[in-house]
Amino acid sequence: MKFFLKCDEAVHVCDKSQYNEASFFEKLKLKMHILICALCRGHAKRNTKLTETINAANIKTLLPEEKEQLKSRLQQEIKNNPQA
Amino acid sequence: MELLNPDKWVDNYADYLYNYTIVRVNDPIVAQDLISETFLAGLKSKKNFKGEATERTWLISILKRKIIDYYRKINSKKGKAEVHISYRDDDSEGDWLEENAADPFDRNAEDRMENKELGLVILECLDKLPEKQATIFKKKTIENFDTEAICKEYNITPSNLWVIIHRARKSMVECLEKNWFN
Repeated sequence: MKFFLKCDEAVHVCDKSQYNEASFFEKLKLKMHILICALCRGHAKRNTKLTETINAANIKTLLPEEKEQLKSRLQQEIKNNPQA
Repeated sequence: MELLNPDKWVDNYADYLYNYTIVRVNDPIVAQDLISETFLAGLKSKKNFKGEATERTWLISILKRKIIDYYRKINSKKGKAEVHISYRDDDSEGDWLEENAADPFDRNAEDRMENKELGLVILECLDKLPEKQATIFKKKTIENFDTEAICKEYNITPSNLWVIIHRARKSMVECLEKNWFN
């Protein structure tokens, strides 16, 4: 197990950590990498900001079954009025 | 020439319309009804669509009218336009002025409104991604599906998934920086 990440590895860990899927050790290695790499530091900052922004927006989505309902109502209507 | 594609309306616009509606009527059931009515009305007036606006803008314009109609209807049901403000409700003890003042530490309505618009901007940015990227990013980031479930559904490996997520996040950051942060 090596201790220093390459940039592409750091970016991958950074993506995973946005979904809480990076291990403690991975996050530690990411922190180390970010200390020495300005490019990845910038990327990590923007990436984290994206996560925060999306969380702040609190987007509501319809459940799959609710979408199915909408679809079937629409389909029904298309069938009833094929010329429309 | 076929400009509209009703078969894809639900997949493409339902969530966008839902986020638009839910802030305005604050009731999931009513919101869903209004969206359904919007789609049906869109279907009926399909001929009037001239392709000057995007499909989504056009549907939003129908939805706006539906929302106004909804408020008219509940207002006429009440049969009165008066607004009653009760300065005391039953569970308050005594007549404390503090209870009636706005709480500055409460997140204010403007804040919430801004967040709702943010939601729409995010969904618009999502719309610009390639379809598969958009769906997978949405599942993972907004609907919080876990990696394994998404991989199974789309028959991809976790490393495929992360590549897709990475590309999507990159485009999303660029799009939001352009359309929201400045």
